[in-house]
Amino acid sequence: MIALSDIERHIINGLQGGFPLSGRPFADAAATLGLDEQTLIATLSALVAKGVISRFGPLWNPEEMGGAFCLAAMAVPPERFDAVAEMVNAHAEIAHNYERDHTHNMWFVASSLDSGRIAGVFAEIEAETGLTVWPMPKEREFFVGFRVEV
Amino acid sequence: MEARDHALIAATQTGLPLVADPYGAIADRLGQSRDAVIASLSRLLEQGAIRRIGIIPNHYALGITANGMSVWDVADGEVECLGQAFGALAFVSHCYRRPRHLPAWRYNLFAMVHGRSREEVAEKVTELAILGGGHVRDHAVLYSKRILKKTGLRLGA
Repeated sequence: MIALSDIERHIINGLQGGFPLSGRPFADAAATLGLDEQTLIATLSALVAKGVISRFGPLWNPEEMGGAFCLAAMAVPPERFDAVAEMVNAHAEIAHNYERDHTHNMWFVASSLDSGRIAGVFAEIEAETGLTVWPMPKEREFFVGFRVEV
Repeated sequence: MEARDHALIAATQTGLPLVADPYGAIADRLGQSRDAVIASLSRLLEQGAIRRIGIIPNHYALGITANGMSVWDVADGEVECLGQAFGALAFVSHCYRRPRHLPAWRYNLFAMVHGRSREEVAEKVTELAILGGGHVRDHAVLYSKRILKKTGLRLGA
């Protein structure tokens, strides 16, 4: 874990959203934070270089960009776990796959530009593994206020 | 989404240029005016295609390495209210209503909880349980044990 200065902390806590849409947005944001434009730009550049922040800019919502996504779960017998993981991961449409500690121990996300393809991938996985794929589609997304406090 | 929005995605996906006039710099790259870029970003924020503009932290570098998927069995009539309340908390990064699959899976509300350790995640889940009170019939936390695959979501650009 990387040590942070007080200014770095202040910037990380204060600028995880709401960056102004203006001609001099760093000057405007700096004024809100009680800093000057040059200090803000230089500190952000250093934080990116150190890897403390992944990037600075818009956080795009991939679901608004076309294509479909669906989470699904499987309850895989422990002795077959690695073999089943290999079968699931072999599908190009599987973007993420996580092992979790529960009877439902395999959780993956299928994504495709063709929304009809998702059900097809799940059916193929069921046929290959002989296990049930439980689709867990998003029925409602709640507003998320997630921010990191450092 | 408009065709020129895809150019804007491509131009900003790895971040804004860290210069005094970043929207002007993007505009020059795209052959548009700065006002047009700002108008597009403003519209995309309003539509929800952009969730927010600012620092995208690297959680691992900041020591936030533990996550637990908390799942909740909540009466259908209460899930909207509880989902709003859970989602508003700073330590919840995703909050969704998802279908039950009875009898194998009874949980209909999912909230991803982050912290510096499993203990911190467990404490935060307890906070959610207290907030949920009598509306929660049952809950569980599924900690991630292993990443089996992570290719990232491909964008439609």
